[in-house]
Amino acid sequence: MPIFMVMPLCIWLERRLLAFMQDRLGPNRVGPMGLLQPVADGAKLFFKEDIMPAGVDRFIYILAPAVALFPAVTLGAVVPYAAPIGTYGLLTPVADVNIGVLYILAMSSLGVYGTVFAGYSGNNKFSLLGGLRASAQLISYELAMGMALACMVMVSGSLKISDIVLSQESPLWGIKGVDIENWNAFTPFGFLAMIIFLVCMIAETNRPPFDLPEAENELVAGYHTEYSSMKFATFYMGEYLAMLMFGTVFASVFLGGYNFLPINWHAWAMANSGAAPLCDFMEKFSYYLGPVWLLGKAIGVVVGYIWIRATLPRLRYDQLMNLGWRTLLPAAVGNLMVVALWITATATYGTGIGWLITLVVMAIWLGIYAVTVRINRSKGIQFEERSVMMVNPSVTTISANDKSPEAVVL
Amino acid sequence: MNLINPNFISFVILALIAVGASLGVVFCKNPVRSAICLVISFCVLAVLYFTLSAEMLGITQIVVYAGAIMVLFLFVVMLLTTANQESLNPKLDWRLILASLFAVGLIAVIGFRALLPFNQTITPRAPDGYGGPQELGMALFTRFGYPFEAISLLLMVGIVGSILLAKRRVR
Repeated sequence: MPIFMVMPLCIWLERRLLAFMQDRLGPNRVGPMGLLQPVADGAKLFFKEDIMPAGVDRFIYILAPAVALFPAVTLGAVVPYAAPIGTYGLLTPVADVNIGVLYILAMSSLGVYGTVFAGYSGNNKFSLLGGLRASAQLISYELAMGMALACMVMVSGSLKISDIVLSQESPLWGIKGVDIENWNAFTPFGFLAMIIFLVCMIAETNRPPFDLPEAENELVAGYHTEYSSMKFATFYMGEYLAMLMFGTVFASVFLGGYNFLPINWHAWAMANSGAAPLCDFMEKFSYYLGPVWLLGKAIGVVVGYIWIRATLPRLRYDQLMNLGWRTLLPAAVGNLMVVALWITATATYGTGIGWLITLVVMAIWLGIYAVTVRINRSKGIQFEERSVMMVNPSVTTISANDKSPEAVVL
Repeated sequence: MNLINPNFISFVILALIAVGASLGVVFCKNPVRSAICLVISFCVLAVLYFTLSAEMLGITQIVVYAGAIMVLFLFVVMLLTTANQESLNPKLDWRLILASLFAVGLIAVIGFRALLPFNQTITPRAPDGYGGPQELGMALFTRFGYPFEAISLLLMVGIVGSILLAKRRVR
Protein backbone atom coordinates (compact mmCIF):
# COMPACT_ATOMS: atom_id res chain seq x y z
CA MET A 1 0.00 0.00 0.00
CA PRO A 2 2.56 2.67 0.83
CA ILE A 3 4.12 1.84 -2.51
CA PHE A 4 1.15 3.22 -4.37
CA MET A 5 1.30 6.44 -2.39
CA VAL A 6 4.60 7.19 -4.09
CA MET A 7 2.81 7.43 -7.42
CA PRO A 8 1.44 10.97 -7.02
CA LEU A 9 4.95 11.96 -6.06
CA CYS A 10 6.05 10.54 -9.40
CA ILE A 11 3.51 12.65 -11.24
CA TRP A 12 4.60 15.81 -9.44
CA LEU A 13 8.27 14.94 -9.92
CA GLU A 14 7.80 14.47 -13.63
CA ARG A 15 6.16 17.80 -14.18
CA ARG A 16 8.55 19.77 -12.00
CA LEU A 17 11.75 18.06 -13.11
CA LEU A 18 10.81 18.09 -16.77
CA ALA A 19 10.07 21.78 -16.45
CA PHE A 20 13.40 22.52 -14.80
CA MET A 21 15.17 20.62 -17.53
CA GLN A 22 13.31 22.65 -20.11
CA ASP A 23 14.34 25.91 -18.43
CA ARG A 24 10.97 26.79 -17.02
CA LEU A 25 9.19 26.36 -13.70
CA GLY A 26 6.67 23.60 -13.38
CA PRO A 27 3.41 23.82 -11.47
CA ASN A 28 4.14 25.81 -8.36
CA ARG A 29 0.81 27.33 -7.44
CA VAL A 30 -1.33 24.50 -6.23
CA GLY A 31 0.41 23.63 -2.98
CA PRO A 32 3.82 24.42 -1.56
CA MET A 33 6.10 23.92 -4.57
CA GLY A 34 3.14 22.55 -6.44
CA LEU A 35 3.01 19.38 -4.37
CA LEU A 36 -0.78 19.18 -4.52
CA GLN A 37 -0.76 19.24 -8.32
CA PRO A 38 -1.55 15.50 -8.64
CA VAL A 39 -4.55 16.03 -6.39
CA ALA A 40 -5.72 18.83 -8.68
CA ASP A 41 -5.12 16.59 -11.70
CA GLY A 42 -7.17 13.83 -10.18
CA ALA A 43 -10.00 16.18 -9.27
CA LYS A 44 -10.07 17.66 -12.75
CA LEU A 45 -10.14 14.25 -14.40
CA PHE A 46 -12.85 13.14 -12.02
CA PHE A 47 -15.15 15.98 -12.92
CA LYS A 48 -14.74 15.73 -16.65
CA GLU A 49 -17.55 14.46 -18.76
CA ASP A 50 -17.38 10.74 -19.29
CA ILE A 51 -17.95 10.19 -22.98
CA MET A 52 -18.63 6.87 -24.56
CA PRO A 53 -18.42 7.25 -28.34
CA ALA A 54 -21.12 5.72 -30.47
CA GLY A 55 -20.38 2.43 -32.12
CA VAL A 56 -17.72 1.17 -29.74
CA ASP A 57 -17.79 -2.35 -28.46
CA ARG A 58 -19.00 -1.51 -24.96
CA PHE A 59 -17.59 -4.50 -23.16
CA ILE A 60 -14.07 -4.10 -24.50
CA TYR A 61 -14.19 -0.33 -24.17
CA ILE A 62 -14.91 -0.56 -20.45
CA LEU A 63 -12.59 -3.52 -19.95
CA ALA A 64 -9.51 -1.92 -21.52
CA PRO A 65 -8.49 0.52 -18.75
CA ALA A 66 -8.89 -2.20 -16.13
CA VAL A 67 -6.76 -4.57 -18.17
CA ALA A 68 -4.18 -1.80 -18.57
CA LEU A 69 -4.04 -1.08 -14.84
CA PHE A 70 -3.92 -4.66 -13.60
CA PRO A 71 -0.40 -5.67 -14.71
CA ALA A 72 1.03 -2.33 -13.63
CA VAL A 73 -0.27 -2.89 -10.13
CA THR A 74 0.68 -6.55 -9.80
CA LEU A 75 4.14 -6.17 -11.33
CA GLY A 76 5.90 -5.29 -8.11
CA ALA A 77 4.36 -8.04 -6.02
CA VAL A 78 7.43 -10.24 -5.87
CA VAL A 79 10.12 -7.65 -5.16
CA PRO A 80 11.73 -7.98 -1.71
CA TYR A 81 11.71 -4.76 0.23
CA ALA A 82 14.00 -5.79 3.07
CA ALA A 83 16.55 -8.40 3.92
CA PRO A 84 15.14 -11.77 4.93
CA ILE A 85 16.75 -11.87 8.38
CA GLY A 86 15.87 -10.47 11.72
CA THR A 87 12.78 -8.45 12.34
CA TYR A 88 11.66 -8.05 8.79
CA GLY A 89 11.46 -11.64 7.74
CA LEU A 90 10.96 -11.60 4.03
CA LEU A 91 9.18 -8.41 3.18
CA THR A 92 7.53 -8.65 -0.21
CA PRO A 93 4.16 -7.12 -1.05
CA VAL A 94 2.59 -10.48 -1.77
CA ALA A 95 4.97 -13.40 -1.81
CA ASP A 96 8.45 -14.38 -2.82
CA VAL A 97 7.69 -17.03 -5.38
CA ASN A 98 10.17 -19.48 -6.81
CA ILE A 99 9.60 -18.02 -10.25
CA GLY A 100 9.90 -14.33 -9.44
CA VAL A 101 11.63 -13.20 -12.62
CA LEU A 102 9.24 -15.12 -14.86
CA TYR A 103 6.36 -13.52 -13.00
CA ILE A 104 7.71 -10.07 -13.91
CA LEU A 105 7.91 -11.11 -17.56
CA ALA A 106 4.40 -12.56 -17.45
CA MET A 107 2.88 -9.39 -16.03
CA SER A 108 4.64 -7.20 -18.55
CA SER A 109 3.40 -9.52 -21.30
CA LEU A 110 -0.14 -9.07 -20.04
CA GLY A 111 0.34 -5.32 -20.19
CA VAL A 112 0.07 -5.51 -23.95
CA TYR A 113 -3.62 -6.32 -23.76
CA GLY A 114 -4.62 -2.97 -22.34
CA THR A 115 -3.12 -1.25 -25.36
CA VAL A 116 -4.62 -3.70 -27.81
CA PHE A 117 -8.13 -3.49 -26.39
CA ALA A 118 -7.99 0.30 -26.08
CA GLY A 119 -6.88 0.62 -29.67
CA TYR A 120 -9.51 -1.75 -30.96
CA SER A 121 -12.47 -0.46 -29.04
CA GLY A 122 -12.13 3.10 -30.25
CA ASN A 123 -14.20 2.89 -33.33
CA ASN A 124 -11.73 4.33 -35.80
CA LYS A 125 -8.91 3.04 -37.93
CA PHE A 126 -6.29 5.41 -36.53
CA SER A 127 -6.85 4.22 -33.00
CA LEU A 128 -6.71 0.61 -34.16
CA LEU A 129 -3.47 1.04 -36.04
CA GLY A 130 -1.99 3.00 -33.15
CA GLY A 131 -2.87 0.25 -30.75
CA LEU A 132 -1.46 -2.45 -33.01
CA ARG A 133 1.78 -0.58 -33.51
CA ALA A 134 2.04 -0.13 -29.75
CA SER A 135 1.58 -3.82 -29.14
CA ALA A 136 4.14 -4.70 -31.83
CA GLN A 137 6.59 -2.42 -30.05
CA LEU A 138 5.81 -4.02 -26.70
CA ILE A 139 6.25 -7.61 -27.80
CA SER A 140 9.47 -6.75 -29.62
CA TYR A 141 11.07 -5.33 -26.50
CA GLU A 142 9.80 -8.07 -24.22
CA LEU A 143 12.25 -10.50 -25.81
CA ALA A 144 15.37 -8.46 -25.19
CA MET A 145 14.11 -7.73 -21.67
CA GLY A 146 13.69 -11.43 -21.00
CA MET A 147 17.16 -12.15 -22.34
CA ALA A 148 18.72 -9.45 -20.15
CA LEU A 149 16.94 -10.84 -17.10
CA ALA A 150 18.01 -14.34 -18.09
CA CYS A 151 21.65 -13.22 -17.91
CA MET A 152 21.13 -12.09 -14.32
CA VAL A 153 19.26 -15.28 -13.47
CA MET A 154 22.21 -17.31 -14.71
CA VAL A 155 24.64 -15.20 -12.71
CA SER A 156 22.77 -15.63 -9.45
CA GLY A 157 21.52 -19.13 -10.09
CA SER A 158 17.93 -18.69 -9.06
CA LEU A 159 14.71 -17.19 -10.36
CA LYS A 160 13.75 -15.75 -6.98
CA ILE A 161 14.40 -12.05 -6.85
CA SER A 162 15.41 -12.23 -3.20
CA ASP A 163 18.11 -14.71 -4.20
CA ILE A 164 19.31 -12.34 -6.90
CA VAL A 165 19.60 -9.55 -4.32
CA LEU A 166 21.38 -11.86 -1.88
CA SER A 167 23.86 -12.96 -4.54
CA GLN A 168 24.80 -9.33 -5.02
CA GLU A 169 26.16 -9.19 -1.50
CA SER A 170 29.19 -11.29 -2.28
CA PRO A 171 32.58 -9.63 -2.75
CA LEU A 172 33.11 -7.54 -5.83
CA TRP A 173 34.18 -9.62 -8.85
CA GLY A 174 34.87 -12.55 -6.57
CA ILE A 175 38.00 -10.99 -5.13
CA LYS A 176 38.19 -12.21 -1.59
CA GLY A 177 38.90 -9.67 1.08
CA VAL A 178 37.47 -6.70 -0.73
CA ASP A 179 34.54 -5.33 1.17
CA ILE A 180 32.67 -3.84 -1.75
CA GLU A 181 29.59 -5.73 -2.74
CA ASN A 182 29.16 -7.24 -6.13
CA TRP A 183 26.18 -5.33 -7.40
CA ASN A 184 25.26 -6.57 -10.83
CA ALA A 185 25.78 -3.14 -12.32
CA PHE A 186 29.49 -3.35 -11.54
CA THR A 187 30.14 -6.52 -13.50
CA PRO A 188 30.79 -6.05 -17.24
CA PHE A 189 28.07 -8.39 -18.47
CA GLY A 190 25.76 -7.08 -15.76
CA PHE A 191 26.38 -3.55 -16.94
CA LEU A 192 25.49 -4.43 -20.51
CA ALA A 193 22.43 -6.31 -19.36
CA MET A 194 21.49 -3.28 -17.28
CA ILE A 195 21.64 -0.98 -20.29
CA ILE A 196 19.61 -3.41 -22.39
CA PHE A 197 17.05 -3.79 -19.62
CA LEU A 198 16.85 -0.01 -19.18
CA VAL A 199 16.08 0.56 -22.85
CA CYS A 200 13.54 -2.25 -22.91
CA MET A 201 11.93 -0.97 -19.74
CA ILE A 202 11.40 2.46 -21.28
CA ALA A 203 9.92 0.81 -24.35
CA GLU A 204 7.64 -1.42 -22.27
CA THR A 205 6.07 1.49 -20.45
CA ASN A 206 5.55 3.46 -23.67
CA ARG A 207 7.62 6.38 -22.43
CA PRO A 208 9.48 8.87 -24.60
CA PRO A 209 11.57 8.30 -26.71
CA PHE A 210 9.41 5.24 -27.39
CA ASP A 211 6.05 6.90 -27.10
CA LEU A 212 5.06 6.63 -30.74
CA PRO A 213 1.67 5.15 -29.93
CA GLU A 214 0.84 7.90 -27.49
CA ALA A 215 2.03 11.02 -29.12
CA GLU A 216 2.70 10.80 -32.79
CA ASN A 217 -0.57 9.25 -33.73
CA GLU A 218 -2.21 11.58 -31.32
CA LEU A 219 -1.82 14.32 -33.83
CA VAL A 220 -4.58 12.37 -35.51
CA ALA A 221 -5.68 9.86 -32.91
CA GLY A 222 -4.01 7.44 -30.52
CA TYR A 223 -4.83 4.32 -28.66
CA HIS A 224 -6.30 6.18 -25.72
CA THR A 225 -7.90 9.07 -27.54
CA GLU A 226 -11.43 7.84 -27.15
CA TYR A 227 -11.11 7.81 -23.39
CA SER A 228 -11.96 10.74 -21.17
CA SER A 229 -12.02 11.48 -17.45
CA MET A 230 -11.61 8.50 -15.18
CA LYS A 231 -10.80 5.95 -17.84
CA PHE A 232 -7.98 8.14 -19.07
CA ALA A 233 -6.94 8.67 -15.47
CA THR A 234 -6.68 4.89 -15.17
CA PHE A 235 -4.30 4.76 -18.14
CA TYR A 236 -2.34 7.68 -16.71
CA MET A 237 -2.06 6.06 -13.27
CA GLY A 238 -1.16 2.73 -14.81
CA GLU A 239 1.70 4.27 -16.74
CA TYR A 240 3.26 5.85 -13.66
CA LEU A 241 2.73 2.76 -11.54
CA ALA A 242 4.39 0.64 -14.20
CA MET A 243 7.34 3.05 -14.24
CA LEU A 244 7.66 2.78 -10.48
CA MET A 245 7.30 -0.99 -10.37
CA PHE A 246 9.80 -1.50 -13.17
CA GLY A 247 12.06 0.83 -11.19
CA THR A 248 11.86 -1.42 -8.15
CA VAL A 249 12.56 -4.50 -10.27
CA PHE A 250 15.52 -2.77 -11.90
CA ALA A 251 16.87 -1.71 -8.52
CA SER A 252 16.54 -5.24 -7.14
CA VAL A 253 18.12 -7.05 -10.04
CA PHE A 254 20.87 -4.64 -10.99
CA LEU A 255 21.45 -2.19 -8.20
CA GLY A 256 21.43 -4.40 -5.13
CA GLY A 257 17.89 -3.87 -3.91
CA TYR A 258 17.44 -2.91 -0.33
CA ASN A 259 21.14 -2.39 0.45
CA PHE A 260 22.18 1.14 1.13
CA LEU A 261 25.71 1.28 -0.24
CA PRO A 262 27.75 -1.33 -2.01
CA ILE A 263 29.89 -1.86 1.06
CA ASN A 264 29.79 -4.98 3.15
CA TRP A 265 29.81 -3.51 6.65
CA HIS A 266 29.94 -6.85 8.39
CA ALA A 267 33.13 -7.95 6.63
CA TRP A 268 34.68 -4.54 7.19
CA ALA A 269 33.99 -4.79 10.89
CA MET A 270 35.55 -8.24 10.99
CA ALA A 271 38.66 -7.04 9.16
CA ASN A 272 39.52 -4.06 11.32
CA SER A 273 37.77 -4.05 14.64
CA GLY A 274 38.67 -0.43 15.29
CA ALA A 275 35.89 0.76 13.06
CA ALA A 276 33.43 -1.67 14.59
CA PRO A 277 30.95 0.85 16.08
CA LEU A 278 30.68 2.70 12.78
CA CYS A 279 30.18 -0.52 10.87
CA ASP A 280 27.62 -1.68 13.39
CA PHE A 281 25.66 1.53 13.06
CA MET A 282 25.85 1.52 9.27
CA GLU A 283 24.75 -2.08 9.13
CA LYS A 284 21.70 -1.37 11.25
CA PHE A 285 21.03 1.79 9.27
CA SER A 286 21.21 -0.11 6.03
CA TYR A 287 19.07 -2.93 7.33
CA TYR A 288 16.22 -1.19 9.08
CA LEU A 289 15.67 1.36 6.36
CA GLY A 290 15.71 -1.29 3.62
CA PRO A 291 12.39 -0.33 1.99
CA VAL A 292 13.44 3.32 1.95
CA TRP A 293 16.59 2.47 0.00
CA LEU A 294 14.69 0.37 -2.50
CA LEU A 295 12.09 3.05 -3.07
CA GLY A 296 14.85 5.64 -3.26
CA LYS A 297 16.55 3.68 -6.01
CA ALA A 298 13.23 3.24 -7.79
CA ILE A 299 12.65 6.98 -7.69
CA GLY A 300 16.18 7.40 -9.00
CA VAL A 301 15.20 5.23 -11.94
CA VAL A 302 12.08 7.36 -12.45
CA VAL A 303 14.30 10.46 -12.48
CA GLY A 304 16.31 8.67 -15.17
CA TYR A 305 13.10 8.13 -17.14
CA ILE A 306 12.26 11.83 -16.92
CA TRP A 307 15.80 12.82 -17.83
CA ILE A 308 15.73 10.62 -20.91
CA ARG A 309 12.35 12.07 -21.82
CA ALA A 310 13.73 15.60 -21.66
CA THR A 311 16.76 14.71 -23.72
CA LEU A 312 15.94 12.39 -26.58
CA PRO A 313 13.60 12.94 -29.52
CA ARG A 314 11.01 10.39 -30.37
CA LEU A 315 11.98 7.32 -32.33
CA ARG A 316 10.32 6.65 -35.63
CA TYR A 317 8.56 3.34 -35.93
CA ASP A 318 11.10 1.60 -38.13
CA GLN A 319 13.97 2.93 -36.05
CA LEU A 320 12.21 1.54 -33.01
CA MET A 321 11.72 -1.92 -34.49
CA ASN A 322 15.28 -2.01 -35.81
CA LEU A 323 16.57 -1.14 -32.37
CA GLY A 324 14.53 -3.85 -30.72
CA TRP A 325 15.15 -6.72 -33.09
CA ARG A 326 18.46 -5.99 -34.77
CA THR A 327 20.42 -4.28 -32.02
CA LEU A 328 19.13 -5.19 -28.58
CA LEU A 329 18.19 -8.82 -29.12
CA PRO A 330 21.56 -9.92 -30.61
CA ALA A 331 23.35 -7.93 -27.91
CA ALA A 332 21.30 -9.61 -25.19
CA VAL A 333 21.83 -13.10 -26.63
CA GLY A 334 25.56 -12.48 -26.97
CA ASN A 335 25.62 -11.25 -23.38
CA LEU A 336 23.95 -14.50 -22.35
CA MET A 337 26.70 -16.48 -24.01
CA VAL A 338 29.35 -14.37 -22.27
CA VAL A 339 27.65 -15.05 -18.92
CA ALA A 340 27.64 -18.77 -19.66
CA LEU A 341 31.32 -18.57 -20.51
CA TRP A 342 32.01 -16.74 -17.25
CA ILE A 343 30.24 -19.39 -15.22
CA THR A 344 32.18 -22.21 -16.86
CA ALA A 345 35.50 -20.37 -16.74
CA THR A 346 35.26 -19.46 -13.06
CA ALA A 347 34.14 -22.96 -12.20
CA THR A 348 36.97 -24.59 -14.10
CA TYR A 349 39.88 -22.23 -13.67
CA GLY A 350 39.15 -20.33 -10.49
CA THR A 351 38.20 -16.73 -10.08
CA GLY A 352 41.14 -14.77 -11.43
CA ILE A 353 41.82 -16.53 -14.70
CA GLY A 354 38.11 -17.04 -15.21
CA TRP A 355 37.46 -13.32 -15.15
CA LEU A 356 40.41 -12.69 -17.45
CA ILE A 357 39.11 -15.15 -20.03
CA THR A 358 35.66 -13.64 -19.79
CA LEU A 359 36.87 -10.10 -20.27
CA VAL A 360 38.97 -11.06 -23.27
CA VAL A 361 36.14 -12.96 -24.91
CA MET A 362 33.72 -10.14 -24.18
CA ALA A 363 36.05 -7.62 -25.78
CA ILE A 364 36.40 -9.86 -28.85
CA TRP A 365 32.66 -10.33 -29.06
CA LEU A 366 31.95 -6.60 -28.76
CA GLY A 367 34.46 -5.94 -31.51
CA ILE A 368 32.90 -8.51 -33.82
CA TYR A 369 29.45 -7.16 -33.02
CA ALA A 370 30.43 -3.60 -33.78
CA VAL A 371 32.03 -4.62 -37.05
CA THR A 372 29.05 -6.68 -38.20
CA VAL A 373 26.65 -3.93 -37.22
CA ARG A 374 28.67 -1.48 -39.23
CA ILE A 375 28.64 -3.80 -42.22
CA ASN A 376 24.90 -4.29 -41.94
CA ARG A 377 24.16 -0.61 -41.63
CA SER A 378 26.24 0.33 -44.63
CA LYS A 379 24.11 -1.91 -46.81
CA GLY A 380 20.97 -0.26 -45.62
CA ILE A 381 18.58 2.02 -47.37
CA GLN A 382 20.28 4.02 -50.03
CA PHE A 383 18.98 7.52 -49.93
CA GLU A 384 18.35 8.89 -53.37
CA GLU A 385 20.06 12.08 -54.23
CA ARG A 386 17.87 14.95 -55.03
CA SER A 387 18.90 18.22 -56.42
CA VAL A 388 17.11 21.50 -56.20
CA MET A 389 17.32 24.22 -58.70
CA MET A 390 16.93 27.57 -57.07
CA VAL A 391 15.59 30.16 -59.40
CA ASN A 392 16.02 33.86 -59.10
CA PRO A 393 12.47 35.20 -59.54
CA SER A 394 13.71 38.20 -61.48
CA VAL A 395 15.09 35.98 -64.20
CA THR A 396 12.16 34.86 -66.30
CA THR A 397 13.72 32.38 -68.69
CA ILE A 398 16.43 29.96 -67.86
CA SER A 399 18.08 27.79 -70.43
CA ALA A 400 20.05 24.65 -69.79
CA ASN A 401 23.36 26.24 -70.57
CA ASP A 402 22.77 29.25 -68.43
CA LYS A 403 25.87 29.77 -66.36
CA SER A 404 24.82 33.03 -64.80
CA PRO A 405 24.84 33.18 -61.02
CA GLU A 406 21.06 33.63 -60.91
CA ALA A 407 20.43 30.09 -61.82
CA VAL A 408 22.09 27.92 -59.24
CA VAL A 409 21.81 24.19 -59.09
CA LEU A 410 22.36 22.88 -55.66
CA MET B 1 -18.13 -35.97 2.72
CA ASN B 2 -14.42 -35.52 2.62
CA LEU B 3 -14.82 -34.26 -0.90
CA ILE B 4 -16.02 -30.80 0.05
CA ASN B 5 -12.76 -29.19 1.03
CA PRO B 6 -11.40 -25.81 -0.05
CA ASN B 7 -9.17 -27.45 -2.62
CA PHE B 8 -12.11 -29.04 -4.34
CA ILE B 9 -14.24 -25.92 -4.19
CA SER B 10 -11.52 -23.77 -5.72
CA PHE B 11 -10.96 -26.37 -8.39
CA VAL B 12 -14.67 -26.42 -9.23
CA ILE B 13 -14.83 -22.64 -9.51
CA LEU B 14 -11.74 -22.46 -11.70
CA ALA B 15 -12.90 -25.34 -13.84
CA LEU B 16 -16.28 -23.73 -14.37
CA ILE B 17 -14.66 -20.48 -15.47
CA ALA B 18 -12.31 -22.34 -17.78
CA VAL B 19 -15.07 -24.38 -19.38
CA GLY B 20 -17.27 -21.32 -19.66
CA ALA B 21 -14.50 -19.39 -21.38
CA SER B 22 -13.86 -22.26 -23.77
CA LEU B 23 -17.54 -22.42 -24.63
CA GLY B 24 -17.38 -18.68 -25.16
CA VAL B 25 -14.60 -19.17 -27.68
CA VAL B 26 -16.82 -21.44 -29.71
CA PHE B 27 -20.13 -19.70 -29.34
CA CYS B 28 -19.28 -15.98 -29.47
CA LYS B 29 -20.34 -14.22 -32.61
CA ASN B 30 -17.72 -11.50 -32.38
CA PRO B 31 -14.23 -12.89 -33.13
CA VAL B 32 -12.56 -10.40 -30.80
CA ARG B 33 -14.70 -11.53 -27.88
CA SER B 34 -13.90 -15.09 -28.85
CA ALA B 35 -10.20 -14.34 -28.62
CA ILE B 36 -10.67 -12.64 -25.24
CA CYS B 37 -12.43 -15.76 -23.98
CA LEU B 38 -9.49 -17.82 -25.15
CA VAL B 39 -7.10 -15.57 -23.22
CA ILE B 40 -9.25 -15.97 -20.11
CA SER B 41 -9.24 -19.73 -20.49
CA PHE B 42 -5.44 -19.76 -20.83
CA CYS B 43 -5.04 -17.67 -17.69
CA VAL B 44 -7.42 -19.91 -15.71
CA LEU B 45 -5.53 -22.95 -16.99
CA ALA B 46 -2.33 -21.39 -15.69
CA VAL B 47 -3.96 -20.94 -12.28
CA LEU B 48 -4.98 -24.60 -12.37
CA TYR B 49 -1.37 -25.51 -13.04
CA PHE B 50 -0.40 -23.43 -10.01
CA THR B 51 -2.83 -25.34 -7.82
CA LEU B 52 -1.13 -28.55 -8.95
CA SER B 53 2.24 -27.04 -7.93
CA ALA B 54 3.46 -27.03 -11.53
CA GLU B 55 4.53 -23.43 -11.26
CA MET B 56 7.04 -23.30 -14.12
CA LEU B 57 4.46 -24.70 -16.49
CA GLY B 58 1.84 -22.27 -15.29
CA ILE B 59 3.93 -19.16 -15.56
CA THR B 60 5.29 -20.29 -18.94
CA GLN B 61 1.68 -20.70 -20.07
CA ILE B 62 1.03 -17.04 -19.22
CA VAL B 63 4.27 -15.71 -20.68
CA VAL B 64 4.17 -17.67 -23.92
CA TYR B 65 0.56 -18.45 -24.65
CA ALA B 66 -1.41 -15.60 -23.14
CA GLY B 67 1.37 -13.07 -23.45
CA ALA B 68 2.72 -13.59 -26.94
CA ILE B 69 0.72 -16.03 -29.03
CA MET B 70 -2.69 -14.60 -28.21
CA VAL B 71 -1.45 -11.07 -28.83
CA LEU B 72 -0.52 -12.07 -32.36
CA PHE B 73 -3.88 -13.80 -32.75
CA LEU B 74 -5.58 -10.60 -31.67
CA PHE B 75 -3.51 -8.64 -34.18
CA VAL B 76 -4.84 -10.65 -37.05
CA VAL B 77 -8.39 -10.82 -35.73
CA MET B 78 -8.58 -7.09 -35.12
CA LEU B 79 -7.15 -6.17 -38.47
CA LEU B 80 -9.54 -8.41 -40.34
CA THR B 81 -12.73 -7.72 -38.41
CA THR B 82 -15.33 -5.40 -39.80
CA ALA B 83 -17.95 -3.76 -37.65
CA ASN B 84 -20.96 -5.80 -38.65
CA GLN B 85 -20.11 -9.45 -38.57
CA GLU B 86 -22.37 -11.84 -40.29
CA SER B 87 -21.68 -15.20 -38.81
CA LEU B 88 -23.09 -18.55 -39.59
CA ASN B 89 -26.41 -19.19 -37.92
CA PRO B 90 -26.76 -22.92 -37.80
CA LYS B 91 -30.32 -24.02 -38.12
CA LEU B 92 -31.66 -26.56 -35.70
CA ASP B 93 -32.28 -29.70 -37.78
CA TRP B 94 -32.20 -33.42 -37.09
CA ARG B 95 -28.50 -33.79 -37.95
CA LEU B 96 -27.52 -31.40 -35.17
CA ILE B 97 -29.59 -33.27 -32.61
CA LEU B 98 -28.27 -36.65 -33.68
CA ALA B 99 -24.68 -35.41 -33.53
CA SER B 100 -25.18 -33.97 -30.05
CA LEU B 101 -26.66 -37.28 -28.87
CA PHE B 102 -23.66 -39.16 -30.22
CA ALA B 103 -21.30 -36.65 -28.55
CA VAL B 104 -23.00 -37.07 -25.19
CA GLY B 105 -22.81 -40.85 -25.61
CA LEU B 106 -19.12 -40.70 -26.41
CA ILE B 107 -18.39 -38.54 -23.37
CA ALA B 108 -20.37 -40.92 -21.21
CA VAL B 109 -18.47 -43.97 -22.45
CA ILE B 110 -15.06 -42.33 -22.06
CA GLY B 111 -15.94 -40.94 -18.66
CA PHE B 112 -17.20 -44.26 -17.45
CA ARG B 113 -14.07 -46.09 -18.49
CA ALA B 114 -11.46 -43.47 -17.65
CA LEU B 115 -12.77 -41.52 -14.70
CA LEU B 116 -14.42 -44.19 -12.60
CA PRO B 117 -11.21 -45.81 -11.33
CA PHE B 118 -10.17 -42.41 -9.96
CA ASN B 119 -13.06 -42.36 -7.55
CA GLN B 120 -11.22 -44.17 -4.78
CA THR B 121 -7.77 -42.64 -5.10
CA ILE B 122 -6.20 -40.33 -2.60
CA THR B 123 -4.43 -37.42 -4.22
CA PRO B 124 -0.76 -37.82 -3.45
CA ARG B 125 1.21 -34.81 -2.32
CA ALA B 126 3.89 -33.71 -4.72
CA PRO B 127 7.44 -33.83 -3.41
CA ASP B 128 9.15 -30.59 -2.49
CA GLY B 129 10.39 -28.66 -5.45
CA TYR B 130 8.22 -30.58 -7.87
CA GLY B 131 7.45 -28.44 -10.88
CA GLY B 132 9.86 -25.76 -9.80
CA PRO B 133 12.55 -24.34 -12.04
CA GLN B 134 15.39 -26.41 -10.57
CA GLU B 135 13.67 -29.74 -11.11
CA LEU B 136 12.47 -28.78 -14.55
CA GLY B 137 15.89 -27.55 -15.58
CA MET B 138 17.64 -30.67 -14.36
CA ALA B 139 15.20 -32.92 -16.16
CA LEU B 140 15.31 -30.84 -19.33
CA PHE B 141 19.07 -30.88 -19.58
CA THR B 142 19.84 -34.41 -18.44
CA ARG B 143 17.01 -36.82 -19.12
CA PHE B 144 15.41 -34.93 -21.98
CA GLY B 145 18.53 -33.35 -23.42
CA TYR B 146 18.12 -34.80 -26.90
CA PRO B 147 14.47 -33.77 -27.41
CA PHE B 148 15.35 -30.33 -26.01
CA GLU B 149 18.04 -29.72 -28.59
CA ALA B 150 15.91 -31.19 -31.36
CA ILE B 151 12.98 -28.92 -30.48
CA SER B 152 15.21 -25.85 -30.40
CA LEU B 153 16.48 -26.77 -33.86
CA LEU B 154 12.89 -27.16 -35.02
CA LEU B 155 12.01 -23.72 -33.66
CA MET B 156 14.96 -22.20 -35.45
CA VAL B 157 13.85 -23.80 -38.71
CA GLY B 158 10.41 -22.32 -38.12
CA ILE B 159 11.85 -18.84 -37.55
CA VAL B 160 14.02 -19.00 -40.65
CA GLY B 161 11.10 -20.27 -42.72
CA SER B 162 8.76 -17.54 -41.56
CA ILE B 163 11.34 -14.83 -42.27
CA LEU B 164 11.86 -16.23 -45.75
CA LEU B 165 8.15 -16.36 -46.40
CA ALA B 166 7.56 -12.80 -45.22
CA LYS B 167 10.56 -11.16 -46.82
CA ARG B 168 9.94 -8.86 -49.68
CA ARG B 169 11.79 -9.61 -52.86
CA VAL B 170 14.38 -6.95 -53.44
CA ARG B 171 14.39 -6.24 -57.12
